Amino acid sequence: MSLSEKQVSQIAYLARLSLNEVQLKDNTQDLNAIFSLVEQLANIETDGIEPMSHPLHMSQRLREDVVTEKDQSALFQSVAPKTSDGYYLVPTVIE
Amino acid sequence: MQWETIIGLEIHAQLSTKSKIFSAASTQYGQKPNSQACAVDLGLPGVLPVLNVEAVNKAIKFGLAINAHINQRNIFDRKNYFYPDLPKGYQISQMDWPIVGEGKIEITPNEQTKVVGITRAHLEEDAGKSIHDMFNDDTAIDLNRAGTPLLEIVSEPDMRSAKEAVAYAKKIHTLIQYIDICDGNMQEGSFRCDANVSIRPKGQKELGTRAELKNINSFKFLERAINLEVERQQDILEEGGRVVQETRLYDSVKHETRSMRSKEEANDYRYFPDPDLLPVEISDELLEKIRQTLPELPIQKKARFVAELGLSDYDADVLTLQKPLADYFETMLKHRIDNAKLYANWVMGDLSASLNKHQIDIQDSPITAQSLSLLIDRISDNTISGKTAKEVFKAMWRGEGNADEIIQAKGLKQMTDTGEIKTIVEQVIANNAPQVAQFKSGNDKILGFFVGQIMKLTAGKANPKQVNELLRKKLS
Repeated sequence: MSLSEKQVSQIAYLARLSLNEVQLKDNTQDLNAIFSLVEQLANIETDGIEPMSHPLHMSQRLREDVVTEKDQSALFQSVAPKTSDGYYLVPTVIE
Repeated sequence: MQWETIIGLEIHAQLSTKSKIFSAASTQYGQKPNSQACAVDLGLPGVLPVLNVEAVNKAIKFGLAINAHINQRNIFDRKNYFYPDLPKGYQISQMDWPIVGEGKIEITPNEQTKVVGITRAHLEEDAGKSIHDMFNDDTAIDLNRAGTPLLEIVSEPDMRSAKEAVAYAKKIHTLIQYIDICDGNMQEGSFRCDANVSIRPKGQKELGTRAELKNINSFKFLERAINLEVERQQDILEEGGRVVQETRLYDSVKHETRSMRSKEEANDYRYFPDPDLLPVEISDELLEKIRQTLPELPIQKKARFVAELGLSDYDADVLTLQKPLADYFETMLKHRIDNAKLYANWVMGDLSASLNKHQIDIQDSPITAQSLSLLIDRISDNTISGKTAKEVFKAMWRGEGNADEIIQAKGLKQMTDTGEIKTIVEQVIANNAPQVAQFKSGNDKILGFFVGQIMKLTAGKANPKQVNELLRKKLS
């Protein structure tokens, strides 16, 4: 499997990464090199092996449904670029 | 061309937990903007999400209630997209291993029951809210809702009309309230529907291209939005055009749907397992424990109403569709179970009509279940006729007292003295010779005329059944 430069530029767009022409070329090459490394896995017999979603042999710990967080909005908003009346403000988003 | 409509629904139900799905911030609605958005909800660096046990329990409860397969090992994934009300740049959701697998639910959109498949239900976090019309040059962001637990319930494309889609949505809406996992408040956005709608020529196997309708916050709008979309797609296809796969917003004011964004590029969410969250393991013991907490489900209640009370499928469905209505009816049953059918007719008839007319919820009905059953008892013990009962009902609605007080005060007690009624019947027959002749020549319908005359003379207090019997006897 290998990616075209067009595909890499689409992926970069989805991740909001801006790549110039050189970077696009380099990244495509690097990604394809990684793919060929990973491709060796295709030669391994994996029937009956459950896909691994996490490297640790542990399960998720659960939290009791209790509210312990206090309102720290003033602190959090002190680092925000723009706020008003308790809201975070961002450039107009129109769909 | 004959078209067939295909509808699948995605329902987002906010789970009624006190704290968020991955943080200990409050989920309370309507608070000061951003006062309930903690570091985890804001996606600040270095925070770790920890799963809320109640969100898991409530999702399991739903799965058990629809007889679904519960994935005892399920996994959280990141769904990546950029939007200002999603500060992390990804939503924590479940993709390949949702907590609830395949299940099904019965709907009764008309006299016939139909089964709708449920593909899956998965846990995820809600996003914040963007407010576009508050400031001139900026969009305002309130992240209080960010991280509220959601159960996304995905149906199979099994519905064939807007009516069926509404019946299904209402069924799920009822169920989640019965099992107490969501408050079902549509105005506050606790229960939201998206509809995937496509059409195809009747008889064709392949599905047509679908559009996803969003922003639907009532059952009425769901029906309208779907019908509107079906018409739009028919127009396009009949003019030789092509339906584009896209998301469309329903505007209830302008009564139109309009394109939100083309999904062709944007829908690549690049899901991958969230490394911050380990697989969730659900033990057999926990499943059993939660199963024990399930109340009587609407479908079980409905079956009981049919089997024990002899109600029709449709009536039993209507009476169990909303929990408060079912509770009201059950309170009446405690009074006198043998009057169940009459109770059902009154609850679905006069009571529901009056509640609808005045837009009152049954919980706030001016006539309580106890006082309505007392009124109906007065019909079954022949104190008043069904017709008079309607008059008493109206007086009760106006708060003039209970059934007995009103019957007493207005002198509505039915005339049951056969002698007295007989005299009046004879009088009416004597005074209307032409009509008697008509009856004798075979015009059975004229009987109604006599009944009317007698009721007039007795101010509606004669027992109609007695009147009918006496009339037939005297006329033949």
